[in-house]
Amino acid sequence: MSVGALSRRSLAWVVPVLLLLVILPFVVEPYQTVLLSYGLVFAIAALGFNLLLGYTGLLSFGHSAYFGVGAYAVAFIVKYLKIESMVVFVFGGIAAATAVAAVFGFLCVRYTRIFFGILTLALSQVLWSLAFKFFWVTGGTDGLRVPTPKLLGGAVRMAVGPSADKQDFLSRRYYYYVLVLFIICVAVMWLIVHSPFGKALQAIRDNETRAEFVGVQVWHYRWVAFLISGAFTGLAGALWVPLNGLTTPDILHWQFSGEMVFFTVLGGFQTFFGPVVGAIVFNYLKTFAVGYTVYWQMLLGVVLVVLVLVLPAGIVGTVNRLALRLRGTPAT
Amino acid sequence: MDILLIHILNSLLYASVLFLIAGGLSLIYGVMRIVNLAHGNLYAFGAYTTAWAVGRALGNAPAASPALYLLLPVGALAAAAVGAVLEPTLLRPLYRRAEEYQLLITFGLLLILEDVLRLIWGPYPLSVSALYEALGSLSIGESIYPTYNLVVIVVGGAAALGLWAFIYRTQFGVVLRATSQNMRMASALGVNVNRVYIEAFTLGCFMAGLGGAIVVPQQGAVLGMGVDALILAFVVVVIGGLGSLEGALIGALMVGVVREFGITFFPEVELAVLYLMAAVVLLIRPAGLFGRT
Repeated sequence: MSVGALSRRSLAWVVPVLLLLVILPFVVEPYQTVLLSYGLVFAIAALGFNLLLGYTGLLSFGHSAYFGVGAYAVAFIVKYLKIESMVVFVFGGIAAATAVAAVFGFLCVRYTRIFFGILTLALSQVLWSLAFKFFWVTGGTDGLRVPTPKLLGGAVRMAVGPSADKQDFLSRRYYYYVLVLFIICVAVMWLIVHSPFGKALQAIRDNETRAEFVGVQVWHYRWVAFLISGAFTGLAGALWVPLNGLTTPDILHWQFSGEMVFFTVLGGFQTFFGPVVGAIVFNYLKTFAVGYTVYWQMLLGVVLVVLVLVLPAGIVGTVNRLALRLRGTPAT
Repeated sequence: MDILLIHILNSLLYASVLFLIAGGLSLIYGVMRIVNLAHGNLYAFGAYTTAWAVGRALGNAPAASPALYLLLPVGALAAAAVGAVLEPTLLRPLYRRAEEYQLLITFGLLLILEDVLRLIWGPYPLSVSALYEALGSLSIGESIYPTYNLVVIVVGGAAALGLWAFIYRTQFGVVLRATSQNMRMASALGVNVNRVYIEAFTLGCFMAGLGGAIVVPQQGAVLGMGVDALILAFVVVVIGGLGSLEGALIGALMVGVVREFGITFFPEVELAVLYLMAAVVLLIRPAGLFGRT
């Protein structure tokens, strides 16, 4: 199937979904909106993560590093620079995560397959252990608190008051802030993967040797993909902190990287929107599982095992296949 | 001088347990090309099973009798049994699939096993320190050192030796090495690859379980011990080379020494130094010190 046809079909449901997202805070409980905000934040991380997994063919098991660096950058901005402006948070988070991704990526992209995975994991664990041990800087396992920020240079202020206002702030103003950034991220990532650069990445994924022979500088392209991926994930981390109010070393731990892989595969890493859907669904799934049973890890584990064995194409991939079959075209 | 000796003994203690875990991980990778993220949980499973079995036996006996030490291998056997079930049911369908899926399924397994431990033994730590205390301590110069730690070192050393003999001196070892070098060729020559895989996986799990079983009298069994151990085992196999047992031994010794001296002299960055060591080795020699590319 051609990309053009796919884009037109995607647009047909992107517009209604967007409308739904915009009116949602007026329809549902504030709690649901906050929950969805988490989902959108993870979706931004998933977009970045999938540029490596789905489009470049590199499985990182250390993306918690960039998410965590984004989050801790925000916490440090609050703690040391005493700034509480969201714009600074966003740019600070992206800059810090990109810088770390530049260094780590420089080391990692020379390898592929399992060595890439283990190297990214080892490097992310370095950051985790530092956040864990240097408690006088990072707060250790207590983490660092981040207050509710000022949006748009203080133009959108949070009413000073008790926690009910914080809920209101998060479920309305902050939700829209996240939503707008999410839409920008989707658009930018869409442009990236459909640009010549994106095509080159896919060529590297499909056949590294051939890509090299037609003149693609494999190493350089992978590194840039790593940078972009890290920047998106760092932005997600920066957006996540005000929502959570606290950042702890848990988000730097490799198990969080595992969750990122989980939701990307859950949605379907061979599709553009798969990781987005996967992240949002995973967030609901985890929230439900944690509330439903103390054995939530087992529930998630079973879902993952079943997914790998039965639905390796993920949610979006499977739906696409079903849709194609219904239309009578042979599935590819 | 005594202090140095004690540091060396402690390093050997870490190294013994790490070798048991990492050796199994490396063996499984060498034969099956699967990085088993759930490997640490099998170590924890061994620890919990032994703690539970010894605890039950202790409940009936007033004091720790020497016979209780015979219960230590129970954990290793239990972990081996779990491995023997997991390989044919969950891993076998995935050998032909991409590496991503193999990693993911073992990650799913990690999540499941973590909660299976919680489900069976509850959220509280189990301990069998009676076995640890019953052996008393030795005096080394002016310091004292727990005798049980020496037992762990001896078991670790014996396991390394036994494994070496098993792999380089038995018929099974030849078949195992052949399968590891070239699975298709071995299969064409009449080796039942499925059987070798299940045996290798079971052996790897046995070693992890043994590691857990001998460490539990000293440290107790807690939730999360598996995940922590897995990452250290990763560092070991990355340094030594995935799939190489000699590498796992050298890697375990290096990590043991660095950890011991790290905790003494630079506790804040001890873990970071270990991960950095792994990263540096990967950068200089991607296949590890003893690995094949």
